Order: sequence, then C-alpha cells, then structure tokens
Amino acid sequence: MPETKPVLMQGNEACAEGAISAGVRFYAGYPITPSTEVAERMAVRLPDIGGVFIQMEDEIASMAAVIGASIGGMRTLTATSGPGFSLKQENIGYAIMAEIPCVIVNVQRMGPSTGVPTAPSQGDVMQARWGTHGDHPVIVFSPASVYETYYLTVAAVNLSQKLRQPIILLLDEVIGHMREKVTIPKGSKLMVEKASDKVPADWKPYDDKGLTPLVPFGFGHYYHVTGLFHDQYGFPTGDPQQVERSLDRIHEKLEKYRDEVALTNYIGHKEPRVVIVTYGCTVRSARAVVKKAYWNNRQPVGLLSLQTLWPFPDKEVQEIAKKADVVIVPEMNMGQIIGEVERHVKGEAEVIPLNRYDGEMISPEQISDIMGRWLS
Amino acid sequence: MGNRQEILLTGAGGQGLILASIILAHAAVNDNKNVVQTQSYGPEARGGASMAGVIIDIDTIEYPKVVNPTVLLCMNQASFNKYLPKLKRVGECIVIVDSTFVSGPFREEYKVQSYPITKVAKEKVGKEVVANMLALGVVNAAAGLLDRDIFRESIFELAPKGSGEINQKAFDIGYSLYEQGSGQDTNQSAQTPQ
Repeated sequence: MPETKPVLMQGNEACAEGAISAGVRFYAGYPITPSTEVAERMAVRLPDIGGVFIQMEDEIASMAAVIGASIGGMRTLTATSGPGFSLKQENIGYAIMAEIPCVIVNVQRMGPSTGVPTAPSQGDVMQARWGTHGDHPVIVFSPASVYETYYLTVAAVNLSQKLRQPIILLLDEVIGHMREKVTIPKGSKLMVEKASDKVPADWKPYDDKGLTPLVPFGFGHYYHVTGLFHDQYGFPTGDPQQVERSLDRIHEKLEKYRDEVALTNYIGHKEPRVVIVTYGCTVRSARAVVKKAYWNNRQPVGLLSLQTLWPFPDKEVQEIAKKADVVIVPEMNMGQIIGEVERHVKGEAEVIPLNRYDGEMISPEQISDIMGRWLS
Repeated sequence: MGNRQEILLTGAGGQGLILASIILAHAAVNDNKNVVQTQSYGPEARGGASMAGVIIDIDTIEYPKVVNPTVLLCMNQASFNKYLPKLKRVGECIVIVDSTFVSGPFREEYKVQSYPITKVAKEKVGKEVVANMLALGVVNAAAGLLDRDIFRESIFELAPKGSGEINQKAFDIGYSLYEQGSGQDTNQSAQTPQ
C-alpha cells in the first residue's frame, strides 16, 4: 500500500489530484473564478508527469482541445464556472454525439450571466442536464466534500472512458474553495484498463450491437467522427432507421450501466417520516441537522444525498418517498431538482421546497426549522 | 460538541491571515483533528476586510462555515468593528486584537485581550510580515487549540522557503507575548495598515 498520510486539501485541488490519479494527462481551459485552482494545480502538476496543460483563448476552444486530445487517446479534463459552461455547451453536445470521453468541471457560482463570481450557488443543475440541444444522455456528479470531489473525479474519468460519454462534475463554490482533512492514497493510479487494449477484430466505432471501446486515432483503425447522425462507421446518415438506432444507442449505454452511475447515500431512520433530498454543499447543512435529530434525539428523519444528479436517481428517491410523509428539497437556487423529485415521488409524499438564492449557503437552522414544523 | 473550536481570523487583506488560517488548519491535520478551512474570496480579500475561518473538532465537521466563534482575532480596526458585534458567545469567545492597529473601544463584557502583535513583530523579529505567525502564537497560547510542537513543525512546512525559522521564532514570541499578559502596550496610537 502506498503511503496514506492525511493532508489538508482544497476541493478544487482534490479535483485536479483525482483526475491525475485516474490518468488524466491533458488539461485545456480558460481560468474563471471559482474554478481557477483546478487549472492552477494542473498547470503545476502536469508538465512534471509528462502531461500537457494549455490555457486556451476561451472556453469554446478549451472544450474543442479536450475533445481533440481525447480522440487522440488522452484522458482529459477541463474546468470552468457558469459563464464558461454556457460557452462549452455546443462542443459538449458534439462529444456526446460522437461518443468522445472527457470530464468537464463546473464549479457553480451565482448566476445568471457573470452574476456574483465569488458567491456559491447551485443554479446550473438544469443547464448541466439540458444545456446542449437535442435529446442527449448526460452524467452529472455533485460532490459534498473534498474527499468526495476526489473520488467522484476518479469515477468520472473512468466511467467516461468506459461509456465513451462526457461527464460533468458539478461542484459549487463552497466545496471547490474549502479546505478539509483528506486521506488520499499517495502516488496511486486509479485507472481502469485502457479501452484500446481489448479491441475485437471486427471493431466498428459505433457498432449497432452496442457499446464499443474507443480506439484513438493512430491506433490502426480509420473512422469518421461527426456531430451528424452517423452509421456504424461514423459516416453521416439521414436514414430514419439509422437515426433512431443511433439515438437509442447513446441512451442505452446509460440505462445498462445505470446502477454504476446513479450514486446516492442515505443516513438516518429506517422508517423516516421526514426525508431531506439534497446534493452538493447543501448536504453538509442537512447532515448537521439529521445527525442531531436522528443520532442524538432518535427522531424519524433521514437524508438522501445525491452524488449523481443525472441520470436522476429515480428508484432511490421513489423508495424513500414511499416510507416518508414529507420530502424536503433544499437547494441554492429557485427550485431545480425539486421538479424531478416531484415527478418521481408521484404524490407518495408531500414535496416541500427550501430555496435560497442570495449567494449564501443554506444554514442548518433553516433546514431544522422547516423539518421541525413537519415533525410536530 | 464541546470539543468544537471555531476560529475566526480577521484583518486587512495583505496581513497574511489567509495563510495563517491554512497553516492553522494544516497543523490541526498534523495534530490528528478534523478541520475545515474557509475564507473570504471577494475583492475585500485583496485589500479590504479579509476573513478566514477554521473549524477544529474531534467529531466530523458538517456545516463548514464559522457561525459561533470560540476564538476571534482582529488585526485591524475595521475588522474589529465589523466582527465583534456579531459575536454570539459574548464573554466566552476569546477575543484577541492587535493593539498596533486596534484602539478599541474594549467593552468589559467582551473581555478583549490586546497585544501589540505587529509592533512586536517589527521590533523583535525585524519583519512586519511575520505578524500573522506571531498572532497564531498568541491565539494558540490563549486558546490551547493544538499541540505547540506540532504547530511549530507545521509552520516550518508551510512557510515560504527559507523563512521557516523566522516564522517559528515569531510564533514563539507570540507565546511569550501572551504570557506577559494583555494590555501591556496601551499608550500606543492606532494606525491604519498599509
């Protein structure tokens, strides 16, 4: 076992370290608060380990560079915040369509537009889902601690390779900027095997039969890459049957690996009356409340924290809503994931919003106030 | 929750309080405690009122922001005016001010301890920039947050290259300043930091 000494680390730094542990050796980006430390760390680390760091002219070009490097066989990362995430959307769609793996970090800040650069927010939940056009699949992770940032980045890089799917890491300013004690295996390599190692002889880049590994350019296979609907070999097509098949194909891979992708964590009472469903830094406030109410006072409460926002952990939410009378959904926005919660709770429990959008974290008191009303 | 310490380090941008908070948090990790460090990131961190919070606990730390400080350090008058009235545990929270820049008013119920931190840094170490480490010495001596030796080592680890010893020296002077007692240097006029 490598040395594992606890260290003090910032969320953004943990993201960079997680990416490096998972084999990322290419970073292209355009720095923006509150994500800048990801770029800073990558700029320091990558040249020493044979990687490439490029500061591009803007976010559109950064995203394009990342796609190019990925198809050249590198594991890639880019980081930004809301305004830059908006600019990346077109190329994210391209990567989804052409099934090019990459990881995009969005450290959310208060929006819309340039908003409040240093204030935390969770306002990009729906943008992460529907920011790019068309019926596309998407995977979005939302960590609630520095360590979770590390391991979800590792998971994102590996899953992205495995599924040939861009993955979005939705951090928020609180998690990105705070420093915490973490224990990270030193010098570790947390990579799944290289996709190109297990290429079958009859490999097709977009096989009708389902998921095929990505063979990078220069590794003996010629194929076409396009954002247009394409056939098994990547060439453009308008044939209705193939169009439909192609769209099904990119969605099926997420359905097939759904349980590997949809990550949640439940703490609290086995038969809760009040459940909090939340994600990102808001989990911290909710956990403070639930620990006190359940562990100290044995009240019938629970917390379902969503590490994965998309695909939405529908089964997990449904299951817990069946037991509960009330589901509280605190979010640092005007109400985004709550629509999805309501859709899957299907009236089994009352769904109560708790929104804050003044650029401050939701406090434990706000949550315990609203929870207390439903317990009494 | 009796072990929970919430430390708020406040002052002007440039006084090194954010580095001080990182070193304090780093030392807490080395001392086997759980710790969360947060800081102000706005333009105020580069000139106006800078603020950094450190929570140290044996238990895991959920909510990461300082709400109920057990220790408040004010390194300039503006931060003293801003953060002192917000204290919830009046009289229980250890309030330490740098009398080089903070002239009061020191209302009795707050039990403010004042030490000429920056002045002593200039006189005894010859460098004003180590005032932050001197302040950490005073804070740790007053509040008994962490093991002194582990703290000293942590300062050496994180101090800019070549300045480890001078920063440790400042930390030790902080201890002796605390031992001399509060309010030894009250006749001195308040200035505004650069």
